[in-house]
Amino acid sequence: MRELMVIAEHRRGELREVTFECLGLARSLAGALDAQVACALLGLNVSGFGEVLASYADRVLVVEHEALREFNSDVYGQALSSLIEGRRPFLVVMGHTAMGLELAPSLAVKLGVPLATDCVEVKVRGGEVFVTRQVYGGKVNVELALRSCETYMVTVRPGAFPMEAAKPVKGEVVRVQPPALEVGRKRFLGYVEPPKAEVDITKADVIVSVGRGIKDAKNIPMVEELAKALKGVVGCSRPVADKGWLPKDRHIGMSGKTVKPKLYLALGISGAFQHVMGMNRSQLIIAVNRDPSAPIFKVAHYGVVDDLFKIVPALKNEIARVKGGV
Amino acid sequence: MDIVVCVKQVPDVSEAELRIDEAGKDIKKEELVFDINEWDDYALEEALLMKERYGGLVTAITLGPPAAEETLRKCLAKGCDAAVRLYDDTFKGCDAYATAKILAAAIKALDLKYDLILTGAQASDDGYAAVGPALAQLLDIPYATLVKKVEVLSDRNAVKVHRELDGGLEEVLELDLPALLTIQTGINEPRYVSIMGIKRSARRGIKVLGLKELGLPEEEVGEAGSWLKTLRAYLPATEVKTVFLKGSPEEVASKLVSILRERGLM
Repeated sequence: MRELMVIAEHRRGELREVTFECLGLARSLAGALDAQVACALLGLNVSGFGEVLASYADRVLVVEHEALREFNSDVYGQALSSLIEGRRPFLVVMGHTAMGLELAPSLAVKLGVPLATDCVEVKVRGGEVFVTRQVYGGKVNVELALRSCETYMVTVRPGAFPMEAAKPVKGEVVRVQPPALEVGRKRFLGYVEPPKAEVDITKADVIVSVGRGIKDAKNIPMVEELAKALKGVVGCSRPVADKGWLPKDRHIGMSGKTVKPKLYLALGISGAFQHVMGMNRSQLIIAVNRDPSAPIFKVAHYGVVDDLFKIVPALKNEIARVKGGV
Repeated sequence: MDIVVCVKQVPDVSEAELRIDEAGKDIKKEELVFDINEWDDYALEEALLMKERYGGLVTAITLGPPAAEETLRKCLAKGCDAAVRLYDDTFKGCDAYATAKILAAAIKALDLKYDLILTGAQASDDGYAAVGPALAQLLDIPYATLVKKVEVLSDRNAVKVHRELDGGLEEVLELDLPALLTIQTGINEPRYVSIMGIKRSARRGIKVLGLKELGLPEEEVGEAGSWLKTLRAYLPATEVKTVFLKGSPEEVASKLVSILRERGLM
C-alpha cells in the first residue's frame, strides 16, 4: 500500500503544530489514493511523541540515534534518505519552517525527487502532484505541476492546512534502525534565547504596528504618540526591526512575536505571510496602506487605502477631540 | 577568504498593481522597476564586510538577461572584484533546482575558488528558499540557511553561524569551510551606492556564460531540467470580508474612532 510520509518537527521537548497540519494534509489526500499516512519521527528519547503521533497517523516510524538528538540537516538527511529510499513513499510532507527549508531542498537533490516549497495547496490528479504557491509577496498565486516521479516532496506553509484531529484507534509504532550516522562537517552547538524584552508586546490589548511604509526612523515618534493615545504599544513588521528603527523585541511575525491583541492597527504593512502568522488571531484588525492590493487587506476587518502620513495625524486629532469631550 | 555571492534581480512589486501576462504564467514586467533581491543585498554586504576584514576576492554571479547586469554593476560598485552573468535562451522556466544546477556548473566551469558561497535566504519574487541548499548539495559542501550572524574561526577553517528559528530563538552551528550560507535580512546594514558609483562600474567587464560554456545538457536546464512546471498564474480573489473605509482623512479618522468606541477600545 502506498504511503504518504510526514516528517515530524519537534524542538526542545515539544512537537510543533505544523506537524499536525502536515498530517491533516496527508490524511486529506490518503483516501482518494488508497494510501496510508506514516509519520517519520527522528530524535533521541522521543517514544513519548511516538505515542502521541500514533493517534494521528496509521504508522509512526521512530528513528532514534544519539546523532539525532538535535535537528541537524546533515544527519537528518542521512537518516531520512535511507528511510525514504527504503519505503518509497508517494509523497513526503514537511513544514516550510526553519527545519523544513533547511532540510528539504538538499534531501530532494540527494534523492533525485521533485520538490515544491512553501505550498498553500497540494492536489493529486492521475497519480501526479499539483501545488499552489504564493509569489510576488503574496500578490499572485501560481499553480505548478511537479515532474513525474515515483516519490514527490512538498514543504507546506505553516497555518495553510487544518490540523489533523486525533483518532480513537491508534496507528502502529514501528522502530526503524537508522544507518550508520555521523556528525560531520556541520555541528549543532546550542540555542541562543531571545534577549529579554523591555516591553512585553504580547500582553498588550492595543498594538499600533508599523511596516516599511513608515519610511524612516524619524517617523516612529508620531506612531508612539498614537499608540499612547490608544493606551497601546508600538509593534512592527520585519523590515522596521531589520533596519533598527525599533528594537527586535517589537518584531511581530513568525520569526518574532505572536500577538493576539483586542486591536491591531497595521500602518504601512504589506502583509507578508510571515507577518500575518504573528497577528492574524487579533480580535480586530485595521489596516492602513496606500496599496489596495497589499495582502494585509486579506486579513483586515477594516481597511483604509490611503497614506498613513495623512491618516495618523487625522486619527490623533480625532482621538484628542473625542477625549476632550468636544 | 574568497567568496562567491549569488544574487538575483527582481521586480519591485510593493506598491504596483500587477497584471498577468498573455501566456498566463507570470506577471507583466514591462513597467516594473528592478533591483537586487533584498535578501541578496544583505548577503552581498556580508561578503564585502568579510573581504574588508579578512581579504580575498568576492565574485558576484547571477542568472538573468542582459538587463540583470544592472544588478551586477551595483555589486561591482559596492566592492565586488568580478561579476558573472549566466544566460541562455534555454534557461527559460528554470525553477530553484535548475537554477542551482546552472550555478554549480558555472562555479565548476570557471574554476572559482571559494571559502564561502553566500546568497539570500529567499527571493522576493518566487520565494522558493531552495537555491542555496540545493546548490550546496550539488557542490557537496555543508550549508546553513536563515543565517543571522557569522563568525569566522580562522584557526580551524570553519565558521560559527546563528540561524534564525522562530519567536526570536536562534541556533548556533559550526560548519567546516568551504560552506554555503543563505543570509537572512537584518544581519547587517547594506551599504548605499550612488547612481554615479554604479555608472562608474560600467566599464568593468562582466563575464557572460551560456549553456555551451557551462557544458550542461539542454535537458538539465529550463523547464525540462526543473522540478516544477508553471501551469498558470492568477491574481487571488480579494476577500470581501474587509470593510473599506472611504473619505477624507478626517472622515476616515472619525469612522475609525466610532468603531473603536463601539468596541470599547477607547
